[in-house]
Amino acid sequence: MGVYIIKRLISGVITLIVVATMTFFLMFMVPGGPFLAEKALSPQTLQALESKYGLDKPVIVQYFNYMKHLAQGDLGTSLKQRGRDVNDIIRIGFPVSARIGLIAVTISLFFGISLGSMAAVKRGKLTDNIIMVIATAGIAVPSFVVATVLLFSFGVRLNLLPTVGLSTPLHYIMPVIALSLYPTAYISRLMRSSMLDVLGQDYMRTAKAKGLSWFVMLFKHALRNAVLPVVTYLGPLMAYIMTGSFVVERIFNIPGLGSKFISSITDRDYPLIMGTTIFLAFLIIFMNVIVDIVYKLVDPRIKFR
Amino acid sequence: MDKLLLDIKNLKLSFFTPAGEVKALNDISIQMEEGEVLGIVGESGSGKSVTAYSLMGLTAYPGRIVDGTVDFNGHRINDMKEHQLRAMRGNEVSIIFQDPMTSLNPVYTIGNQIREVIMLHTNLDKKEAHRRAGELLTLVGISDQEKRLRQYPHELSGGMRQRVMIAIALACEPKLLIADEPTTALDVTIQAQILELMKELKSKINMSIILITHDLGIVASMCSKIAVMYGGKVVESGCVDDIFYNMKHEYTKGLLRSIPKINASEHEKLVPIEGTPVDTLNPPAGCPFAPRCSKCMKICLSRMPAYTSVNEDHYCACWLLQKADFEARADNKGHTEDSAAVAYGVEGGPK
Repeated sequence: MGVYIIKRLISGVITLIVVATMTFFLMFMVPGGPFLAEKALSPQTLQALESKYGLDKPVIVQYFNYMKHLAQGDLGTSLKQRGRDVNDIIRIGFPVSARIGLIAVTISLFFGISLGSMAAVKRGKLTDNIIMVIATAGIAVPSFVVATVLLFSFGVRLNLLPTVGLSTPLHYIMPVIALSLYPTAYISRLMRSSMLDVLGQDYMRTAKAKGLSWFVMLFKHALRNAVLPVVTYLGPLMAYIMTGSFVVERIFNIPGLGSKFISSITDRDYPLIMGTTIFLAFLIIFMNVIVDIVYKLVDPRIKFR
Repeated sequence: MDKLLLDIKNLKLSFFTPAGEVKALNDISIQMEEGEVLGIVGESGSGKSVTAYSLMGLTAYPGRIVDGTVDFNGHRINDMKEHQLRAMRGNEVSIIFQDPMTSLNPVYTIGNQIREVIMLHTNLDKKEAHRRAGELLTLVGISDQEKRLRQYPHELSGGMRQRVMIAIALACEPKLLIADEPTTALDVTIQAQILELMKELKSKINMSIILITHDLGIVASMCSKIAVMYGGKVVESGCVDDIFYNMKHEYTKGLLRSIPKINASEHEKLVPIEGTPVDTLNPPAGCPFAPRCSKCMKICLSRMPAYTSVNEDHYCACWLLQKADFEARADNKGHTEDSAAVAYGVEGGPK
């Protein structure tokens, strides 16, 4: 297992280098630049700015400079938010997004697994149909619609919940619902189909023939087998949801990391684009390693090679 | 030995599918005494497994007992509540399945899965159950028990897993063990070992066995009684010698003809039973085997024959026997063969 994790770390580093390289060159292929959007600068100022940030050098030189800093863990300085390090932006934004994200993941897991299992057990009955209609709706309705509807109904019309920021636990309710609806729906569907598969397995018949109650059959024998596809989905889900959602963070005015992904691109804020992309890639790789380890714990048949 | 352990009377069981009612069991009666080994033979879909599952209350949705009664060990299975059935399953009656590769839960250790059934039906704590699990493994011929108990199913071979299944089945010393094609998925040498083990265990623990199979060789070596099933009916039943040496039903004859003989010459062809198995969704009105029977008569297609008693234990449902029976009696009374044929609506004799 130790050897396996070391192997995964090495391949992770290689992946990160590839991601960084590709992002870097793709970024420079996009027309425009960080200082073009603002009111016209004099050519002298523009030149001064570009030479200050090293943008006047050939792209390949910039690339090696960037990679050198990256190797030391320095993601550079934001071009738009003058004077702020990309490291600091991530360090401040990530915990905010991650906190909402983790709550949303936990809620999605709990409801997704229980609703999906319930639908599978009550297959073909009314309960199943109701759960599946809701789940399909949850997948189909985009989060900006959910967020706006929540904001309008509970925040504005009923005036029950605060609408802006994250200062009290009440503030979390609407963003968390908006964030967790899609994964909950997705996990329910995943769980239903894998639970249906497991319930039809021979070992479930053995369990019944032993005289076990349906409670033990479901929670001991079925759940652990059925949850594997959900574990697989969990890796990327965690990475995406913890780095924040652009839509939800914009609508509820949350100072998280999510909005930075999009704004950095429209701003051509090169170091921030690189920083957020590399950070997301790192999280995905890290979560996948965690998922593989969890997988091994859940299913003893899986061997690390 | 005389106490009736199992008494299935006129059992009708159907699966209510969207396509219609599938009559899996159509009026079957089976009796079994304590200590007996009953073989149920028949082709796929003849209702062998459904019969066995029905007496454990394991009939899968959308199956339902339509009519008839099942009495086992003093219980009327039809009237039992789910919790009563649960107390009985794995305790008084247990089952081993065809495919040992998929019958054990892949994510739990062997020890866990054996302990589970012991702790469910007895008052043993985990430690005692663990010791008992070790004893059971010894009983089914698995050595190095402590190591095996810690292993997962995928770390054992097929034969070994079937031994574990037997250990689970025997954990609470059941009155009846149902073996649902226990050797079909195993290779031949392992088959012999498993059968030998079952014979040995039968004499060690006083239990009865229902052996479901389509392998007549297995039946001959293990069973005391045989029920031959076809199309959801028991077409012939009797003791082993009756079935093997004095079979009456055309289907039984066909089954026995289709076994390869060890002393047959190299180019001798096997005799298959022509035709296809019965369509249980639209079963024929008469004898289910009639469409494939070489001696089919007109009446066979329209009415199900009653059982003719060949001897005390040997019963067979076939019009040919009824006809012979009637003729014998008719001859005694001095009637001609024709009147017998008229009485039974047999016109033109065998087709």
